[in-house]
Amino acid sequence: MTTTTTPMRVLIGKVGLDGHDRGVKLVARALRDAGVEVIYTGLHQTPEQVVNTAIQEDVQAIGLSMHSGAHTYLVPRVLELLKEQNADDIVVFGGGIIPTEDAHQLQEIGVRALFSPGTSMSRIVEFVKGLPR
Amino acid sequence: MKIPHGPPVIHHEGMIGEDSGMQREPKQNTSMLSMSGIPIAGLYTANDLKDWDPERNLGHPGDFPYTRGIYPTMYRSRLWTMRQFAGFGTAQDTNARFKYLLDQGQTGLSVAFDMPTLMGLDSDDPQARGEVGYCGVAISSLEDMEHLFEGIPLDKISVSMTINGPAAVIFAMYLVVAERQGIPLHRLNGTLQNDILKEYIAQKEWLFPPGPHMRLITDTIAYCSAHLPKWHPISISGYHIREAGSTAVQELAFTLYDGLTYVEAAVQAGLPVDTFAPQLSFFFNSHNDFFEEIAKFRAARRIWAEEMKARYHPENPRSLQLRCHAQTAGCSLMAQQPMNNVVRTTLQALSAVLGGTQSLHTNSMDETLSLPTEEAVTLALRTQQIIAHESGVTDTVDPLAGSYFIEHLTNRMEEGAHDYFRKLDAMGGMLNAIERGFPQREILEASQRYQGEIDRKERIIVGVNEYTEPDQRPIPTLRIGQEVEEDQRERLRSLRTRRDPRKVNEALQAIQWFAQSDQNLLPYLMQAVKAHATLGEMCVALKGVFGTYREPVVL
Repeated sequence: MTTTTTPMRVLIGKVGLDGHDRGVKLVARALRDAGVEVIYTGLHQTPEQVVNTAIQEDVQAIGLSMHSGAHTYLVPRVLELLKEQNADDIVVFGGGIIPTEDAHQLQEIGVRALFSPGTSMSRIVEFVKGLPR
Repeated sequence: MKIPHGPPVIHHEGMIGEDSGMQREPKQNTSMLSMSGIPIAGLYTANDLKDWDPERNLGHPGDFPYTRGIYPTMYRSRLWTMRQFAGFGTAQDTNARFKYLLDQGQTGLSVAFDMPTLMGLDSDDPQARGEVGYCGVAISSLEDMEHLFEGIPLDKISVSMTINGPAAVIFAMYLVVAERQGIPLHRLNGTLQNDILKEYIAQKEWLFPPGPHMRLITDTIAYCSAHLPKWHPISISGYHIREAGSTAVQELAFTLYDGLTYVEAAVQAGLPVDTFAPQLSFFFNSHNDFFEEIAKFRAARRIWAEEMKARYHPENPRSLQLRCHAQTAGCSLMAQQPMNNVVRTTLQALSAVLGGTQSLHTNSMDETLSLPTEEAVTLALRTQQIIAHESGVTDTVDPLAGSYFIEHLTNRMEEGAHDYFRKLDAMGGMLNAIERGFPQREILEASQRYQGEIDRKERIIVGVNEYTEPDQRPIPTLRIGQEVEEDQRERLRSLRTRRDPRKVNEALQAIQWFAQSDQNLLPYLMQAVKAHATLGEMCVALKGVFGTYREPVVL
């Protein structure tokens, strides 16, 4: 194929108050190295900030990192805001410290994938690159 | 990172394993590098310790340079303090867990606060939504703090509090609780983490710019020096630096350099070194690389003693001694085959003990999924008790001293740390280095290197990239109910109607007034606590004077 496709654009963000950014930075770097355009939000983002940035930056997916247990509030809130803004075509995925039960619930309400500690970077890259454009 | 070369290493790989078959099966990590990237030889001999002088480099346990431990008899006369970090839900929930742990033979308490508390926010702040009581206990007021320690005699149990950004405010609450329990401050024994430099470097929980934070830390150090001789006003922490992905050498270097930065700040504020240095404490990670970790603890004590002696010439030997707490590596725990985490934690705990730690937290196997259940915490505590009472390792002080390998590795750790010290000196100190993103970038590079080694299977993690199982057997996890947030909101609403608003305002104004002077803020914070000003209100008052901080993003 000779036509150039526009690269995938993904927002990678830390929502909530926790500052554990080791995993999120590794994921951001791995995606960037794999040719994905990564917008990294930095720390302490609210669901509103994440959704607004995602829409402004015209991303195809949002990856959220959470280590404080607040995912049960923050993730549904992000999904709700995307729906309100007619932007629920943006895929939401995430990772961090998330009990299995919660992970199932979040996937039921629309989160595409959740990656637990120990996931290889290549698996996450493969997932993102496999998303529909 | 470049590790400077020590004496020539003689490699003797040919001498072992050649005909034993041990190198063929099972498959080993292919790199033969320590986690810090130090090449590990197959055998060490006297040639690896050519310039090494046991009198100078080791000394005796309890003597300079304290490589062998800060006490002459170490665990023979007193075991380390078994201190499990705990906190969740409301103050009452955590109070019950504390009492359970003490009943199980734990010998000290360690408080985990929830994210809003760590960020200086009240439980009813809009930014606290969804986070109240989740990864620690929610403390917004004096009343919460009183519930937390109800029925726990603060003159008999040592208490460690993991709080940094709003440390001075939370400490003020603790002091008022002690006063109300009728305990004179000089009898209190415990630790306030209060280490902001590693927040900027690694954990990212700050409230103000570095300057005002350093002043608050100096205020608490001065206050403790004057009123709480048995209290550690700061726990200079490498733990979080390591969790953020650093190597052992980086953890050692940045932590000790942070320590020297705090000492310099206190000396600059007019405190003679011997009035506060004996109260400083440290906190290290204990990760997977068994011998490197042991070497790290031993090197830490030697570097600290030598640096303190050379820079500040203290007269009290205790000013030279590095006391530390250790915690097994949370980031080494894996969600896959979670029971394996018990074994990882056991080895890590053993290395901290062989390294001579003063207190220890062992992680629970379920912490990659949630806060630990009571069963998991109990098993983690039992792990320490088995090491202490069954393994025999406590009978002899610094049992690995004189091992060619351990002493060589201790030297290499020390050289690696000094290499970083020189770079940090050249940058004009740690605050400048942080502003330039230097330690942050070094850690990120190391973390990416490590992850790459695992992804390429150059480093085997059992159950993760080798010996994997398709089906995960679920383990029970602890659930925190949403009702905690509701309870906390209600409690704060009630408190705000019961207190005298005039007294609260006066106390908050006093905080702002004295924040602009160079007076010690602790007495004014305690005054506001007594007027039932909340954590959030006091932090907002301080932000009004000190401002806030946005980090330079390093990616």
